[in-house]
Amino acid sequence: MSFLEVLYIVVPVALAYATPLIIAALGGIFSERSGVVNIALEGIMVIGAATGIITTLTLTEMGLGGLSPWISLLVAMVVGALFSLFLAVPAILWRADQTVLGVAINMLAIGLAIFVVRVLYNKGQTDFIEFRIAKENVPILSDIPVLRMFFINVQYTSFIAIALAFVVWFVIFKTPFGLRLRSVGEHPMAADTMGINVTKMRFMGVMLSGAFGGLAGAVYAVTVTTNFSGTTIVGQGFLAIAAMIFGKWNPLGALGAGLFFGFAQALSIIGSNLPVISNVPQVLLLIAPYALTILALAGVVGRADAPKSVGIPYIKGKR
Amino acid sequence: MNKLGFNRLLIPLLSILMGLLVGAIVMLIGGYDPIQGFSSLFEGMVGSPYAIGETLRAAAPLIFSGLAVAFAFRTGLFNIGVEGQVLIGWVAAVYVGINFDLPMFIHLPLALLAAMFAAALWAFVPGFLKAKFHVHEVITSIMMNYIALYTTNAILRSVIGVTNERTESINESASLASPWLQEMTQFSRLHWGVLIAVLAAIVYYYILQRTTLGYELRAVGFNKHASQYAGMSVNRNIILSFVISGMFAGLAGAMEGLGTFNGMTLSASFTGVGFDGIAVALLGANTAIGVVLAAILFAGLNIGGLAMQLGANIPSELVKVIIAAIVIFVASGYAFNYVIDKFKGNRKKGVEKK
Repeated sequence: MSFLEVLYIVVPVALAYATPLIIAALGGIFSERSGVVNIALEGIMVIGAATGIITTLTLTEMGLGGLSPWISLLVAMVVGALFSLFLAVPAILWRADQTVLGVAINMLAIGLAIFVVRVLYNKGQTDFIEFRIAKENVPILSDIPVLRMFFINVQYTSFIAIALAFVVWFVIFKTPFGLRLRSVGEHPMAADTMGINVTKMRFMGVMLSGAFGGLAGAVYAVTVTTNFSGTTIVGQGFLAIAAMIFGKWNPLGALGAGLFFGFAQALSIIGSNLPVISNVPQVLLLIAPYALTILALAGVVGRADAPKSVGIPYIKGKR
Repeated sequence: MNKLGFNRLLIPLLSILMGLLVGAIVMLIGGYDPIQGFSSLFEGMVGSPYAIGETLRAAAPLIFSGLAVAFAFRTGLFNIGVEGQVLIGWVAAVYVGINFDLPMFIHLPLALLAAMFAAALWAFVPGFLKAKFHVHEVITSIMMNYIALYTTNAILRSVIGVTNERTESINESASLASPWLQEMTQFSRLHWGVLIAVLAAIVYYYILQRTTLGYELRAVGFNKHASQYAGMSVNRNIILSFVISGMFAGLAGAMEGLGTFNGMTLSASFTGVGFDGIAVALLGANTAIGVVLAAILFAGLNIGGLAMQLGANIPSELVKVIIAAIVIFVASGYAFNYVIDKFKGNRKKGVEKK
């Protein structure tokens, strides 16, 4: 097998695994840039995945066919945004510890999701969906030599994720909204003094992250697993947080980190069939993203600094 | 001060009540009968000697993981990595349990020590990074959790030689199992672990309240800068706090490996013992007695949930929803204080502490 042939196999798988990571990491950026720690991303993805599958199953039954997974993505965004209120309300209004809340919400999400699945289907996991978002060869582009590796066997959701990264970058760094969002995450009192509504901005940050997290979970479910169970989302949310940190809370950085982590995941899954990589112990590929994130935080691979006021509830008038 | 002490008890109790209320509402929405649900839940928690035995059995690891989280909390640190430290402690205990053949009075302590030491080493990493590089311990310990998950599976496969999902059983000389306790509780899986756990809670109290080390650890938790000024080494205390916290976590893993399961199984996901420990520590307000009581409550809910699924056909996952709701309510203590004070009609500036 030539190196190029290996890439033709690995890159599409890497893109598929990277897609939900990128989307969820972008969500994390919205929340943390506004000053709210979002450990709950994992749980939000669980809710998104469950919503995605349940909606797809229901819509398929109603006869919407191939359109149903796409609609389910939109539904998952809405449900994700609403679910993130469990984080937003106590964290922003009641000054609860955001990390503790995140842990609780992750627990809540998996409990609630499986509970609903059991109530609806009378078993612990859903059926497989009939219409998934298919892997396609992009017309014309998939004929280009070498570069075609990015356009064969690919789902359009991957391109959406990459496009979103640029959109989010633009929103955060080039629009008034982004400036306000960043300012309440860095120095909420200064922002408040300038007439920015800190509470409102933080609510928007968290709910946007809920929408992205829900979308990410649904994308993972309708492209990769195609059913929902208690082990559909195990760690993707935390991996997305790692990608967010590794990308230094910058959407384009998160895009790069997400692609890289997706690549590592792809290698750990299909690596045993490939030359050279099959000699690398699988465990090294599995732990690589997490280990690298720790190194990044320690400043070994370029220092990663969080938004200044992330995790601190804003109390008016307190210095 | 008095009022504060009152609220410290009131908020957890209110939170439990409201958590159960949330459970009832979810049951109603799901189309179940809450009265039937709760009666079979409580029946499964404490309704028979067997139920009590299983509840206490499940409480042992939760007491340890709760103590682990609480210990770090008292130094102002959030050890969210207990989950991973539990796994590492578990695998170390099982390794010693399988590979050594010693008289029990050496073997069992050795296996427990191995669990403590391995998990302490695992917890050292986030402590060290926090002290040395000021890296936030929450993120590093989350990352360490996943590294632990994949590493333990790799160790089980390549070092301990698991071919068939599960390790062989540990030697009896390292087992916490007690035929006497089992017989007394209609053959539940109750083992000596819960007694060791209560002892550990006493040790926890002693270290924090009666030793210089504990005084320093708490001082750092209250105010880092003042402690530094008073001549304490903040960095040393941060690392120590994490290491001791890890030891408690490792013992939680040993409870599972040497007591309940007598071995270890390959797993794609976490045990939940560590995350439940966060809930336990929070509800127990980081006190020894609080942790023990909260652990018994959550263990009982987990065990009772299974009975609820069998008895009332209500999915046991409901218990997770209840526990999560309790945690959210405890964490939102400020809102409670606000409401309580407003209710009393004497809302003063004093509430706006923190």
